[in-house]
Amino acid sequence: MTVWEFTLLVWTGSAVAGLLGSLTGLGGGVVLVPLLTLFFKVDIRYAIGASLVSVIATSSGAAAAFVKEGISNIRIGMFLEIATTLGAILGAFLAAKVSTAAIAIVFGTVLLYSAVLAGRPRIKTIGDEIPDPLATRLRMNGSFPTPEGIRHYCVRRVPAGFSLMFGAGALSGLLGIGSGAVKVLAMDQAMRIPFKVSTTTSNFMIGVTAAASAGVYLSRGYIDSGLSLPVMLGVLAGSLVGTRILFQAETKWLRLTFSIIILLLGVQMIYNGVAGKI
Amino acid sequence: MKMSAFSLWNDRKIEDLIGNLLRAGVFLSALVVFTGGVLYLAKHGGEPADYRIFHGEPNQLRTISGVLHETLAFQGRAIIQLGLLLLIATPVARVALSILGFAGERDWMYVGFASTVFVILIYSLFGS
Repeated sequence: MTVWEFTLLVWTGSAVAGLLGSLTGLGGGVVLVPLLTLFFKVDIRYAIGASLVSVIATSSGAAAAFVKEGISNIRIGMFLEIATTLGAILGAFLAAKVSTAAIAIVFGTVLLYSAVLAGRPRIKTIGDEIPDPLATRLRMNGSFPTPEGIRHYCVRRVPAGFSLMFGAGALSGLLGIGSGAVKVLAMDQAMRIPFKVSTTTSNFMIGVTAAASAGVYLSRGYIDSGLSLPVMLGVLAGSLVGTRILFQAETKWLRLTFSIIILLLGVQMIYNGVAGKI
Repeated sequence: MKMSAFSLWNDRKIEDLIGNLLRAGVFLSALVVFTGGVLYLAKHGGEPADYRIFHGEPNQLRTISGVLHETLAFQGRAIIQLGLLLLIATPVARVALSILGFAGERDWMYVGFASTVFVILIYSLFGS
């Protein structure tokens, strides 16, 4: 395959991943690495480098829109970013220490978890009314616009959320993904943040988290320009188109299809990791 | 309640600025990556593509100073890498802007949190 053919094929694949990722709200990064390693036979270290860069692009693009609407809570985001960036640096260092087979197995496990999460309807946290002393001290309680007017919410269990976010950051740095699935767990389940706020705030944080591991990736040579070119431009184009076409009715089937794809990719990644093919 | 209405307005203003910064950063970096890509493909498009074995990106494209140096030589790969550096810098600039925003609100606790994140990011970019 020549560089031209490779670039066009990877661009197309990345655009589809970006489109599906933004339509289903699961992010394109999670299918990118399996796509590159399993179908294009790219070494997993190059794949996670290119994926990480595309994650920064889509998260920043999407965050720009949500921040302007006043839905993201920039205080919660900023506080939790301390945990995610520290985790991301640890994860990026681990990526260089552990074997590629181990990375593939961890990646496969995250894919299986994401598939389960995507397959079932999300429990929409409404948010609590009772203030928590620590969250109040940290001035995290906020409000956001809804069709029925301004809604106020209170944040809970800050330490649990902070610890989970450290884990989310470490996974992001190890695997080159946004790890939205773990962030959802931390913000929805532990901190009881309304789902609209948690989704957009998580998106807002992904770029900063990924930037923290990008420095480590860059110095280790994981970020390859020839590969990042089609991956970044493809994912960005796909996700931009995705945010423009919002067909509500098909989302359920799309999510189901996407979660089956993720499930199969997860099994394949684990198999290849165990068999030593990656 | 007058105080909280004031800080809400201030928050909105920072949020607007941050939104514009993120959009501009992504747009600019995509443009630079595309430009570098055109040069790279024009020169190396016919060569075989192989990413099966990990060699790592060449040493001169692993550091900020190296990328800038090669960009001046009009190397396609270096220009792509410059675009990627701009992209990585976008969230870092966002955090820097947040520090100023929180300082404007005299929210020193969050000036501290944002500065911590900023130091971590700078350490990662220049320290490793």
